[in-house]
Amino acid sequence: MLSEEAKKEIEKALRKYPNKRSAVMDALRSAQKARGGHLEKADMDEIAVILEMQSVEVNAAAAFYTMYNIDKPVGRHHIQVCRNISCSLLGAEHLIKHMERTLNIKTGETTPDKRITLSTVECLGSCGTAPMMQINDDFHENLTEAKVDEILKGLK
Amino acid sequence: MEQIILKNLGKPDSHKLENYAASGGYKAIQSALKMRPDNIVQMVKDSGLRGRGGAGFSTGLKWSFIPKDPTIQKYLCCNADEGEPGTFKDRGIMDNDPHLLLEGMMITSYAIGASVAYIYIRGEFDFGARRLDAAIDEAYAKGYLGKNMFGSNFSLDIYVHKGFGAYICGEETALLESIEGLRAQPRKKPPFPALAGLYGKPTVINNVETLACIPAIIEKGPEWFSKIGTEKSPGPKVFCVSGHVKKPGLYELPMGTTVRDLIFNHCGGMLTGRPLKAVIPGGVSAPLLTARELDTPLDFDSLAAKGSMLGSGAVIVMDESACMVKSAYIINRFFSHESCGKCTPCRDGTPWLTRVLKRIEHGEGNPGDIELLESLCTNIFGRTFCPLGDGAVMALRGHLKNFREEFQFHIDHKRCMAS
Repeated sequence: MLSEEAKKEIEKALRKYPNKRSAVMDALRSAQKARGGHLEKADMDEIAVILEMQSVEVNAAAAFYTMYNIDKPVGRHHIQVCRNISCSLLGAEHLIKHMERTLNIKTGETTPDKRITLSTVECLGSCGTAPMMQINDDFHENLTEAKVDEILKGLK
Repeated sequence: MEQIILKNLGKPDSHKLENYAASGGYKAIQSALKMRPDNIVQMVKDSGLRGRGGAGFSTGLKWSFIPKDPTIQKYLCCNADEGEPGTFKDRGIMDNDPHLLLEGMMITSYAIGASVAYIYIRGEFDFGARRLDAAIDEAYAKGYLGKNMFGSNFSLDIYVHKGFGAYICGEETALLESIEGLRAQPRKKPPFPALAGLYGKPTVINNVETLACIPAIIEKGPEWFSKIGTEKSPGPKVFCVSGHVKKPGLYELPMGTTVRDLIFNHCGGMLTGRPLKAVIPGGVSAPLLTARELDTPLDFDSLAAKGSMLGSGAVIVMDESACMVKSAYIINRFFSHESCGKCTPCRDGTPWLTRVLKRIEHGEGNPGDIELLESLCTNIFGRTFCPLGDGAVMALRGHLKNFREEFQFHIDHKRCMAS
Protein backbone atom coordinates (compact mmCIF):
# COMPACT_ATOMS: atom_id res chain seq x y z
CA MET A 1 0.00 0.00 0.00
CA LEU A 2 1.24 3.47 -0.85
CA SER A 3 1.55 5.71 2.17
CA GLU A 4 -0.96 8.52 2.69
CA GLU A 5 1.83 11.01 2.11
CA ALA A 6 2.77 9.41 -1.20
CA LYS A 7 -0.88 9.47 -2.27
CA LYS A 8 -1.11 13.16 -1.40
CA GLU A 9 2.01 13.87 -3.41
CA ILE A 10 0.56 12.02 -6.39
CA GLU A 11 -2.64 14.08 -6.12
CA LYS A 12 -0.51 17.23 -6.17
CA ALA A 13 1.50 16.01 -9.17
CA LEU A 14 -1.68 15.31 -11.12
CA ARG A 15 -2.60 18.99 -10.98
CA LYS A 16 0.46 19.91 -13.05
CA TYR A 17 -0.50 18.09 -16.22
CA PRO A 18 -3.39 17.80 -18.68
CA ASN A 19 -3.12 13.98 -18.60
CA LYS A 20 -2.68 11.51 -15.76
CA ARG A 21 0.18 9.56 -17.32
CA SER A 22 2.51 12.56 -17.03
CA ALA A 23 2.45 12.22 -13.24
CA VAL A 24 4.05 8.77 -13.40
CA MET A 25 7.59 9.96 -12.68
CA ASP A 26 6.55 11.99 -9.64
CA ALA A 27 4.38 9.10 -8.46
CA LEU A 28 7.23 6.61 -8.71
CA ARG A 29 9.52 9.03 -6.94
CA SER A 30 7.07 9.44 -4.06
CA ALA A 31 6.52 5.68 -3.82
CA GLN A 32 10.25 5.00 -3.78
CA LYS A 33 10.79 7.59 -1.07
CA ALA A 34 7.96 6.15 1.02
CA ARG A 35 9.48 2.67 0.82
CA GLY A 36 12.87 3.95 1.88
CA GLY A 37 14.70 3.92 -1.42
CA HIS A 38 13.30 1.26 -3.72
CA LEU A 39 10.19 0.23 -5.63
CA GLU A 40 8.24 -3.01 -5.64
CA LYS A 41 5.68 -4.41 -8.05
CA ALA A 42 2.84 -3.60 -5.65
CA ASP A 43 3.77 0.10 -5.77
CA MET A 44 3.73 0.14 -9.54
CA ASP A 45 0.42 -1.72 -9.67
CA GLU A 46 -1.15 0.80 -7.32
CA ILE A 47 0.23 3.73 -9.32
CA ALA A 48 -1.17 2.13 -12.48
CA VAL A 49 -4.66 2.14 -10.96
CA ILE A 50 -4.43 5.77 -9.83
CA LEU A 51 -3.05 6.99 -13.17
CA GLU A 52 -5.29 4.74 -15.27
CA MET A 53 -2.32 3.04 -16.91
CA GLN A 54 -1.40 -0.62 -17.43
CA SER A 55 0.99 -1.97 -14.80
CA VAL A 56 3.41 -2.90 -17.54
CA GLU A 57 3.45 0.70 -18.76
CA VAL A 58 4.34 1.98 -15.29
CA ASN A 59 7.05 -0.66 -15.06
CA ALA A 60 8.38 0.27 -18.51
CA ALA A 61 8.64 3.92 -17.49
CA ALA A 62 10.32 3.06 -14.19
CA ALA A 63 12.81 0.65 -15.77
CA PHE A 64 14.00 3.32 -18.19
CA TYR A 65 15.38 5.67 -15.50
CA THR A 66 18.43 4.69 -13.49
CA MET A 67 17.34 6.33 -10.22
CA TYR A 68 14.36 4.04 -9.69
CA ASN A 69 15.61 1.02 -7.77
CA ILE A 70 13.17 -1.68 -8.81
CA ASP A 71 13.24 -4.64 -6.38
CA LYS A 72 16.66 -3.47 -5.20
CA PRO A 73 16.47 -2.29 -1.59
CA VAL A 74 19.19 0.17 -0.65
CA GLY A 75 20.67 1.03 2.72
CA ARG A 76 19.51 3.99 4.81
CA HIS A 77 22.32 5.97 3.29
CA HIS A 78 22.74 5.48 -0.43
CA ILE A 79 26.19 6.69 -1.42
CA GLN A 80 26.60 7.38 -5.12
CA VAL A 81 30.13 8.30 -6.12
CA CYS A 82 30.71 10.02 -9.44
CA ARG A 83 33.25 8.21 -11.60
CA ASN A 84 33.01 10.28 -14.78
CA ILE A 85 35.88 12.15 -16.35
CA SER A 86 36.27 15.29 -14.19
CA CYS A 87 35.99 13.34 -10.93
CA SER A 88 38.26 10.60 -12.30
CA LEU A 89 40.96 13.13 -13.18
CA LEU A 90 40.97 14.20 -9.53
CA GLY A 91 41.08 10.75 -7.98
CA ALA A 92 37.54 9.30 -7.88
CA GLU A 93 38.74 5.70 -8.36
CA HIS A 94 41.04 6.05 -5.40
CA LEU A 95 38.16 7.29 -3.21
CA ILE A 96 35.89 4.46 -4.38
CA LYS A 97 38.54 1.87 -3.45
CA HIS A 98 39.05 3.61 -0.12
CA MET A 99 35.34 3.44 0.66
CA GLU A 100 35.14 -0.22 -0.39
CA ARG A 101 37.96 -0.98 2.05
CA THR A 102 36.53 1.12 4.86
CA LEU A 103 32.99 -0.24 4.53
CA ASN A 104 34.21 -3.75 3.68
CA ILE A 105 31.78 -4.01 0.76
CA LYS A 106 32.15 -3.84 -3.01
CA THR A 107 30.54 -1.22 -5.23
CA GLY A 108 26.89 -2.17 -5.71
CA GLU A 109 26.62 -3.82 -2.28
CA THR A 110 24.96 -2.88 1.01
CA THR A 111 26.53 -3.26 4.45
CA PRO A 112 25.06 -6.23 6.38
CA ASP A 113 23.45 -3.82 8.89
CA LYS A 114 21.57 -2.16 5.96
CA ARG A 115 23.18 1.13 6.88
CA ILE A 116 25.02 1.99 3.67
CA THR A 117 24.78 1.10 -0.01
CA LEU A 118 27.75 2.05 -2.17
CA SER A 119 27.15 2.77 -5.87
CA THR A 120 29.01 4.53 -8.62
CA VAL A 121 27.25 6.91 -10.99
CA GLU A 122 28.01 8.92 -14.08
CA CYS A 123 28.30 12.72 -13.95
CA LEU A 124 26.18 14.47 -11.31
CA GLY A 125 26.87 17.98 -12.60
CA SER A 126 29.27 19.00 -9.87
CA CYS A 127 32.48 18.88 -11.90
CA GLY A 128 33.96 22.15 -10.65
CA THR A 129 33.98 20.71 -7.13
CA ALA A 130 35.27 17.25 -8.06
CA PRO A 131 35.65 14.64 -6.77
CA MET A 132 32.15 14.36 -5.40
CA MET A 133 29.42 12.00 -4.28
CA GLN A 134 25.75 12.11 -3.45
CA ILE A 135 24.32 10.60 -0.26
CA ASN A 136 20.54 10.26 -0.57
CA ASP A 137 19.58 13.75 -1.84
CA ASP A 138 22.66 15.66 -0.70
CA PHE A 139 25.85 16.47 -2.60
CA HIS A 140 29.26 16.20 -0.93
CA GLU A 141 31.98 17.97 -2.89
CA ASN A 142 35.75 18.57 -3.02
CA LEU A 143 36.28 15.19 -1.39
CA THR A 144 39.50 13.93 0.10
CA GLU A 145 40.15 10.65 1.87
CA ALA A 146 39.99 12.44 5.24
CA LYS A 147 36.74 14.19 4.35
CA VAL A 148 35.20 10.90 3.22
CA ASP A 149 36.22 9.26 6.53
CA GLU A 150 34.57 12.09 8.43
CA ILE A 151 31.35 11.79 6.38
CA LEU A 152 31.20 7.98 6.72
CA LYS A 153 31.59 8.27 10.49
CA GLY A 154 28.55 10.55 10.61
CA LEU A 155 26.23 8.08 8.83
CA LYS A 156 24.23 6.40 11.57
CA MET B 1 33.33 42.02 -17.91
CA GLU B 2 29.91 42.90 -16.55
CA GLN B 3 28.17 39.77 -15.30
CA ILE B 4 24.76 39.20 -16.83
CA ILE B 5 23.93 35.56 -16.16
CA LEU B 6 25.92 35.01 -12.97
CA LYS B 7 25.47 38.52 -11.57
CA ASN B 8 23.70 37.39 -8.41
CA LEU B 9 25.85 34.36 -7.60
CA GLY B 10 27.62 34.74 -4.29
CA LYS B 11 25.24 37.40 -2.96
CA PRO B 12 23.55 36.49 0.33
CA ASP B 13 20.16 34.80 -0.13
CA SER B 14 20.32 35.43 -3.88
CA HIS B 15 17.58 32.84 -4.36
CA LYS B 16 14.90 34.92 -2.66
CA LEU B 17 12.44 37.03 -4.63
CA GLU B 18 12.92 40.17 -2.53
CA ASN B 19 16.66 40.14 -3.22
CA TYR B 20 16.22 39.39 -6.90
CA ALA B 21 13.74 42.27 -7.19
CA ALA B 22 15.97 44.60 -5.16
CA SER B 23 18.78 44.05 -7.63
CA GLY B 24 16.57 45.09 -10.54
CA GLY B 25 14.85 41.77 -11.18
CA TYR B 26 11.31 41.47 -12.60
CA LYS B 27 11.55 44.84 -14.37
CA ALA B 28 12.16 43.29 -17.80
CA ILE B 29 9.00 41.18 -17.65
CA GLN B 30 6.93 44.24 -16.76
CA SER B 31 8.36 46.12 -19.76
CA ALA B 32 7.83 43.05 -21.95
CA LEU B 33 4.16 42.76 -20.99
CA LYS B 34 3.63 46.25 -22.45
CA MET B 35 5.21 45.24 -25.78
CA ARG B 36 3.73 43.26 -28.65
CA PRO B 37 4.83 39.59 -28.49
CA ASP B 38 6.15 39.61 -32.06
CA ASN B 39 8.32 42.62 -31.22
CA ILE B 40 9.95 40.60 -28.44
CA VAL B 41 10.61 37.72 -30.83
CA GLN B 42 12.21 40.22 -33.21
CA MET B 43 14.37 41.67 -30.42
CA VAL B 44 15.69 38.23 -29.52
CA LYS B 45 16.34 37.50 -33.21
CA ASP B 46 18.19 40.81 -33.54
CA SER B 47 20.28 40.09 -30.45
CA GLY B 48 21.80 37.10 -32.27
CA LEU B 49 21.32 34.88 -29.18
CA ARG B 50 22.04 31.24 -30.02
CA GLY B 51 20.89 28.30 -27.89
CA ARG B 52 23.24 27.58 -24.99
CA GLY B 53 22.25 23.95 -24.65
CA GLY B 54 24.74 22.95 -27.30
CA ALA B 55 23.16 23.19 -30.73
CA GLY B 56 23.65 26.94 -31.10
CA PHE B 57 20.44 27.51 -33.05
CA SER B 58 19.05 31.06 -33.22
CA THR B 59 16.69 31.43 -30.26
CA GLY B 60 14.55 34.14 -31.87
CA LEU B 61 14.17 32.09 -35.04
CA LYS B 62 13.12 29.05 -32.98
CA TRP B 63 10.43 31.16 -31.31
CA SER B 64 9.24 32.54 -34.65
CA PHE B 65 8.27 29.04 -35.85
CA ILE B 66 5.46 28.91 -33.28
CA PRO B 67 2.05 29.38 -34.95
CA LYS B 68 0.40 32.72 -34.13
CA ASP B 69 -3.14 31.34 -33.80
CA PRO B 70 -4.20 32.35 -30.26
CA THR B 71 -6.74 29.52 -29.98
CA ILE B 72 -4.02 26.83 -30.03
CA GLN B 73 -2.48 25.76 -26.70
CA LYS B 74 1.29 26.34 -26.69
CA TYR B 75 3.98 25.26 -24.27
CA LEU B 76 7.41 26.37 -23.16
CA CYS B 77 9.77 23.72 -21.78
CA CYS B 78 12.94 24.72 -20.05
CA ASN B 79 15.61 22.11 -20.59
CA ALA B 80 17.31 21.81 -17.21
CA ASP B 81 18.32 18.19 -17.68
CA GLU B 82 21.95 19.21 -17.45
CA GLY B 83 23.78 15.94 -17.98
CA GLU B 84 26.68 16.44 -20.37
CA PRO B 85 29.67 15.42 -18.24
CA GLY B 86 31.68 18.49 -17.25
CA THR B 87 28.64 20.78 -17.24
CA PHE B 88 27.29 22.50 -14.13
CA LYS B 89 26.22 25.98 -15.23
CA ASP B 90 22.45 25.45 -15.23
CA ARG B 91 22.68 23.99 -11.75
CA GLY B 92 24.60 27.12 -10.68
CA ILE B 93 21.85 29.36 -12.04
CA MET B 94 18.95 27.34 -10.60
CA ASP B 95 20.51 26.86 -7.16
CA ASN B 96 21.46 30.50 -6.75
CA ASP B 97 19.25 32.62 -8.97
CA PRO B 98 16.02 30.73 -9.71
CA HIS B 99 14.08 33.96 -10.26
CA LEU B 100 16.33 34.91 -13.17
CA LEU B 101 15.29 31.70 -14.90
CA LEU B 102 11.62 32.29 -14.02
CA GLU B 103 11.73 35.83 -15.42
CA GLY B 104 13.34 34.56 -18.63
CA MET B 105 10.60 31.94 -18.88
CA MET B 106 7.84 34.51 -18.25
CA ILE B 107 9.09 36.73 -21.08
CA THR B 108 9.54 33.78 -23.42
CA SER B 109 6.08 32.40 -22.65
CA TYR B 110 4.52 35.81 -23.33
CA ALA B 111 6.45 36.16 -26.60
CA ILE B 112 5.33 32.77 -27.94
CA GLY B 113 1.87 32.81 -26.35
CA ALA B 114 2.39 29.87 -23.99
CA SER B 115 0.13 29.71 -20.96
CA VAL B 116 1.87 26.72 -19.40
CA ALA B 117 5.60 26.14 -18.97
CA TYR B 118 7.55 23.22 -17.53
CA ILE B 119 11.05 23.13 -16.14
CA TYR B 120 12.52 19.69 -16.84
CA ILE B 121 15.18 19.35 -14.14
CA ARG B 122 17.35 16.27 -13.82
CA GLY B 123 16.38 14.08 -10.89
CA GLU B 124 19.70 14.34 -9.11
CA PHE B 125 19.28 18.12 -8.70
CA ASP B 126 17.02 17.82 -5.68
CA PHE B 127 18.33 21.02 -4.12
CA GLY B 128 17.75 22.98 -7.32
CA ALA B 129 14.25 21.56 -7.71
CA ARG B 130 13.37 22.64 -4.17
CA ARG B 131 14.79 26.10 -4.85
CA LEU B 132 12.69 26.38 -8.02
CA ASP B 133 9.52 25.19 -6.27
CA ALA B 134 10.06 27.76 -3.52
CA ALA B 135 10.75 30.52 -6.06
CA ILE B 136 7.60 29.62 -8.02
CA ASP B 137 5.56 29.75 -4.80
CA GLU B 138 7.00 33.20 -4.02
CA ALA B 139 6.14 34.41 -7.52
CA TYR B 140 2.53 33.19 -7.28
CA ALA B 141 2.15 34.82 -3.87
CA LYS B 142 3.20 38.16 -5.38
CA GLY B 143 0.94 37.81 -8.41
CA TYR B 144 3.97 37.44 -10.69
CA LEU B 145 2.63 34.11 -11.95
CA GLY B 146 -0.86 32.76 -12.48
CA LYS B 147 -3.93 34.51 -13.81
CA ASN B 148 -3.39 38.07 -15.01
CA MET B 149 0.18 38.17 -13.75
CA PHE B 150 1.53 41.63 -12.91
CA GLY B 151 -2.02 42.90 -13.46
CA SER B 152 -1.79 42.23 -17.19
CA ASN B 153 -4.07 40.27 -19.52
CA PHE B 154 -1.49 37.49 -19.66
CA SER B 155 -1.67 34.34 -17.54
CA LEU B 156 1.03 31.75 -17.02
CA ASP B 157 1.58 28.67 -14.87
CA ILE B 158 5.07 27.24 -14.39
CA TYR B 159 5.64 23.71 -13.09
CA VAL B 160 8.74 21.73 -12.20
CA HIS B 161 9.03 18.27 -13.77
CA LYS B 162 11.72 16.11 -12.22
CA GLY B 163 13.65 13.62 -14.31
CA PHE B 164 15.09 10.52 -12.69
CA GLY B 165 18.45 9.69 -14.20
CA ALA B 166 18.54 9.57 -18.00
CA TYR B 167 20.99 11.69 -20.02
CA ILE B 168 18.88 11.23 -23.14
CA CYS B 169 16.19 13.51 -21.66
CA GLY B 170 18.43 16.43 -22.61
CA GLU B 171 17.51 15.62 -26.23
CA GLU B 172 14.49 17.83 -26.72
CA THR B 173 12.03 15.31 -28.09
CA ALA B 174 13.06 12.68 -25.51
CA LEU B 175 12.40 15.35 -22.89
CA LEU B 176 8.86 15.76 -24.26
CA GLU B 177 8.27 12.00 -24.17
CA SER B 178 9.45 11.97 -20.57
CA ILE B 179 7.02 14.73 -19.52
CA GLU B 180 4.26 12.77 -21.21
CA GLY B 181 5.05 9.83 -18.92
CA LEU B 182 6.64 7.60 -21.55
CA ARG B 183 10.07 6.03 -21.91
CA ALA B 184 12.29 8.92 -22.96
CA GLN B 185 13.24 7.91 -26.47
CA PRO B 186 13.73 10.60 -29.11
CA ARG B 187 10.96 11.27 -31.62
CA LYS B 188 11.27 11.37 -35.36
CA LYS B 189 11.64 14.90 -36.72
CA PRO B 190 9.79 16.41 -38.55
CA PRO B 191 7.37 17.34 -37.22
CA PHE B 192 9.49 19.66 -35.14
CA PRO B 193 8.33 20.60 -31.63
CA ALA B 194 7.47 24.13 -32.79
CA LEU B 195 4.54 22.61 -34.66
CA ALA B 196 3.87 19.38 -32.75
CA GLY B 197 5.68 19.22 -29.43
CA LEU B 198 4.40 18.54 -25.93
CA TYR B 199 1.01 16.76 -26.08
CA GLY B 200 1.16 17.38 -29.83
CA LYS B 201 0.99 21.17 -29.36
CA PRO B 202 3.43 23.86 -30.52
CA THR B 203 6.32 23.91 -28.07
CA VAL B 204 9.54 25.82 -27.57
CA ILE B 205 12.33 24.04 -25.70
CA ASN B 206 15.12 26.30 -24.43
CA ASN B 207 18.10 25.69 -22.18
CA VAL B 208 18.35 27.35 -18.74
CA GLU B 209 21.27 29.60 -19.72
CA THR B 210 19.50 30.67 -22.93
CA LEU B 211 16.44 31.72 -20.93
CA ALA B 212 18.63 33.48 -18.37
CA CYS B 213 19.88 35.79 -21.15
CA ILE B 214 16.39 37.01 -22.07
CA PRO B 215 15.68 39.58 -19.30
CA ALA B 216 18.91 41.46 -20.09
CA ILE B 217 18.10 41.54 -23.82
CA ILE B 218 14.71 43.14 -23.07
CA GLU B 219 16.17 45.57 -20.57
CA LYS B 220 19.30 46.68 -22.41
CA GLY B 221 18.34 45.99 -25.99
CA PRO B 222 19.42 43.58 -28.70
CA GLU B 223 22.16 45.88 -29.98
CA TRP B 224 23.88 45.95 -26.59
CA PHE B 225 23.75 42.16 -26.40
CA SER B 226 25.06 41.63 -29.92
CA LYS B 227 28.13 43.74 -29.18
CA ILE B 228 29.30 41.26 -26.54
CA GLY B 229 31.26 38.27 -27.86
CA THR B 230 31.83 37.61 -31.54
CA GLU B 231 29.77 38.69 -34.52
CA LYS B 232 28.32 35.25 -35.19
CA SER B 233 28.21 34.05 -31.57
CA PRO B 234 27.17 37.13 -29.63
CA GLY B 235 26.60 37.48 -25.93
CA PRO B 236 28.11 36.18 -22.72
CA LYS B 237 28.78 32.48 -22.15
CA VAL B 238 29.11 30.61 -18.90
CA PHE B 239 32.08 28.24 -19.08
CA CYS B 240 32.22 25.31 -16.67
CA VAL B 241 35.86 24.57 -15.99
CA SER B 242 36.92 21.32 -14.36
CA GLY B 243 39.90 18.99 -14.21
CA HIS B 244 43.55 19.90 -13.70
CA VAL B 245 43.28 23.67 -13.14
CA LYS B 246 43.98 25.75 -10.03
CA LYS B 247 40.57 27.40 -9.85
CA PRO B 248 37.83 25.28 -11.40
CA GLY B 249 34.31 26.69 -11.46
CA LEU B 250 31.87 28.81 -13.45
CA TYR B 251 33.20 31.71 -15.50
CA GLU B 252 30.95 34.12 -17.38
CA LEU B 253 33.00 35.63 -20.20
CA PRO B 254 32.33 36.95 -23.69
CA MET B 255 31.86 34.33 -26.38
CA GLY B 256 35.14 33.98 -28.24
CA THR B 257 37.39 34.03 -25.15
CA THR B 258 40.35 31.80 -26.01
CA VAL B 259 41.05 28.52 -24.25
CA ARG B 260 44.41 29.91 -23.14
CA ASP B 261 42.90 33.08 -21.65
CA LEU B 262 40.26 31.06 -19.80
CA ILE B 263 42.67 28.52 -18.31
CA PHE B 264 45.76 30.63 -17.66
CA ASN B 265 44.28 34.03 -16.80
CA HIS B 266 40.89 33.32 -15.31
CA CYS B 267 41.42 29.88 -13.79
CA GLY B 268 44.91 30.52 -12.43
CA GLY B 269 46.64 28.03 -14.72
CA MET B 270 47.37 24.34 -14.30
CA LEU B 271 46.79 22.61 -10.96
CA THR B 272 50.36 21.41 -10.60
CA GLY B 273 53.57 22.09 -12.50
CA ARG B 274 52.66 19.46 -15.09
CA PRO B 275 52.01 20.89 -18.55
CA LEU B 276 48.65 20.83 -20.29
CA LYS B 277 48.02 17.82 -22.50
CA ALA B 278 44.46 18.14 -23.78
CA VAL B 279 41.30 20.17 -23.32
CA ILE B 280 37.76 19.05 -24.01
CA PRO B 281 36.10 22.36 -24.91
CA GLY B 282 32.37 21.65 -24.82
CA GLY B 283 31.39 18.64 -22.74
CA VAL B 284 32.53 15.09 -23.40
CA SER B 285 30.86 14.87 -26.83
CA ALA B 286 33.21 17.57 -28.12
CA PRO B 287 36.45 16.31 -29.72
CA LEU B 288 39.41 17.40 -27.61
CA LEU B 289 41.94 20.09 -28.45
CA THR B 290 45.67 19.67 -27.84
CA ALA B 291 48.18 22.02 -26.25
CA ARG B 292 48.94 23.39 -29.74
CA GLU B 293 45.36 24.67 -30.10
CA LEU B 294 45.01 26.81 -26.99
CA ASP B 295 44.49 30.01 -28.95
CA THR B 296 41.20 28.73 -30.31
CA PRO B 297 38.36 31.09 -29.41
CA LEU B 298 35.55 29.44 -27.49
CA ASP B 299 32.54 30.14 -29.69
CA PHE B 300 30.26 28.07 -31.93
CA ASP B 301 31.99 28.75 -35.25
CA SER B 302 35.66 28.81 -34.20
CA LEU B 303 35.35 25.44 -32.52
CA ALA B 304 33.39 23.97 -35.43
CA ALA B 305 36.21 25.13 -37.73
CA LYS B 306 38.62 23.13 -35.54
CA GLY B 307 36.47 20.03 -35.92
CA SER B 308 35.16 20.32 -32.36
CA MET B 309 32.21 22.13 -30.80
CA LEU B 310 31.24 24.59 -28.10
CA GLY B 311 28.51 22.26 -26.88
CA SER B 312 27.48 23.14 -23.36
CA GLY B 313 30.63 25.17 -22.64
CA ALA B 314 32.08 22.52 -20.33
CA VAL B 315 35.85 22.88 -20.47
CA ILE B 316 37.66 19.81 -19.09
CA VAL B 317 41.38 20.31 -18.67
CA MET B 318 43.89 17.44 -18.57
CA ASP B 319 47.58 17.60 -17.78
CA GLU B 320 50.37 15.23 -18.87
CA SER B 321 49.44 12.69 -16.19
CA ALA B 322 46.11 11.93 -17.88
CA CYS B 323 45.91 8.70 -19.87
CA MET B 324 44.03 9.24 -23.10
CA VAL B 325 43.00 5.59 -23.34
CA LYS B 326 41.43 5.80 -19.90
CA SER B 327 39.75 9.09 -20.77
CA ALA B 328 38.32 7.60 -23.98
CA TYR B 329 37.15 4.54 -22.04
CA ILE B 330 35.43 6.54 -19.28
CA ILE B 331 33.71 8.83 -21.78
CA ASN B 332 32.59 5.97 -23.96
CA ARG B 333 31.33 3.97 -21.00
CA PHE B 334 29.12 6.96 -20.21
CA PHE B 335 27.53 7.03 -23.68
CA SER B 336 27.04 3.30 -23.66
CA HIS B 337 25.35 3.53 -20.24
CA GLU B 338 23.10 6.34 -21.44
CA SER B 339 22.12 4.94 -24.83
CA CYS B 340 18.32 4.83 -24.77
CA GLY B 341 18.13 1.60 -26.76
CA LYS B 342 15.96 2.90 -29.56
CA CYS B 343 18.31 2.34 -32.50
CA THR B 344 20.76 -0.48 -33.17
CA PRO B 345 23.96 1.38 -34.12
CA CYS B 346 23.96 3.22 -30.79
CA ARG B 347 22.44 0.51 -28.58
CA ASP B 348 24.82 -2.21 -29.78
CA GLY B 349 27.68 -0.08 -31.08
CA THR B 350 28.46 1.97 -27.98
CA PRO B 351 28.79 -1.05 -25.61
CA TRP B 352 30.98 -2.77 -28.23
CA LEU B 353 33.26 0.29 -28.28
CA THR B 354 33.33 0.22 -24.49
CA ARG B 355 34.34 -3.45 -24.39
CA VAL B 356 37.23 -2.86 -26.78
CA LEU B 357 38.35 0.29 -24.96
CA LYS B 358 38.16 -1.48 -21.62
CA ARG B 359 40.44 -4.30 -22.75
CA ILE B 360 42.95 -1.86 -24.25
CA GLU B 361 42.89 0.21 -21.05
CA HIS B 362 43.46 -2.92 -18.93
CA GLY B 363 46.42 -4.14 -20.97
CA GLU B 364 44.46 -6.85 -22.73
CA GLY B 365 44.11 -5.20 -26.13
CA ASN B 366 44.65 -7.14 -29.35
CA PRO B 367 46.52 -6.09 -32.48
CA GLY B 368 43.89 -4.62 -34.80
CA ASP B 369 41.77 -3.18 -31.97
CA ILE B 370 42.36 0.42 -33.08
CA GLU B 371 41.14 -0.47 -36.56
CA LEU B 372 38.17 -2.23 -34.98
CA LEU B 373 37.32 0.94 -33.03
CA GLU B 374 37.54 2.98 -36.22
CA SER B 375 35.33 0.60 -38.12
CA LEU B 376 32.72 0.65 -35.32
CA CYS B 377 32.81 4.45 -35.36
CA THR B 378 32.08 4.43 -39.09
CA ASN B 379 29.09 2.19 -38.51
CA ILE B 380 27.64 4.40 -35.76
CA PHE B 381 28.34 7.94 -36.95
CA GLY B 382 25.51 9.54 -38.90
CA ARG B 383 23.43 6.37 -38.67
CA THR B 384 21.71 6.94 -35.36
CA PHE B 385 18.33 8.38 -34.55
CA CYS B 386 19.63 11.20 -32.37
CA PRO B 387 23.03 12.83 -31.70
CA LEU B 388 23.96 10.59 -28.73
CA GLY B 389 25.72 8.02 -30.92
CA ASP B 390 27.44 10.78 -32.87
CA GLY B 391 28.65 12.28 -29.60
CA ALA B 392 30.23 8.98 -28.58
CA VAL B 393 32.03 8.74 -31.91
CA MET B 394 33.18 12.36 -31.98
CA ALA B 395 34.71 12.02 -28.52
CA LEU B 396 36.54 8.81 -29.42
CA ARG B 397 37.74 10.07 -32.80
CA GLY B 398 39.17 13.16 -31.09
CA HIS B 399 41.19 10.93 -28.77
CA LEU B 400 42.36 8.61 -31.57
CA LYS B 401 43.28 11.41 -33.95
CA ASN B 402 45.58 13.15 -31.50
CA PHE B 403 46.81 10.32 -29.27
CA ARG B 404 46.82 7.20 -31.44
CA GLU B 405 50.30 6.26 -30.23
CA GLU B 406 49.00 5.94 -26.65
CA PHE B 407 46.40 3.40 -27.74
CA GLN B 408 49.07 1.50 -29.71
CA PHE B 409 51.43 1.58 -26.71
CA HIS B 410 48.73 0.12 -24.45
CA ILE B 411 48.18 -2.73 -26.92
CA ASP B 412 51.88 -3.41 -27.60
CA HIS B 413 53.24 -3.05 -24.06
CA LYS B 414 50.20 -3.97 -21.94
CA ARG B 415 50.66 -0.85 -19.86
CA CYS B 416 50.09 2.89 -19.84
CA MET B 417 52.35 5.41 -21.52
CA ALA B 418 51.24 8.38 -19.39
CA SER B 419 51.34 7.09 -15.81
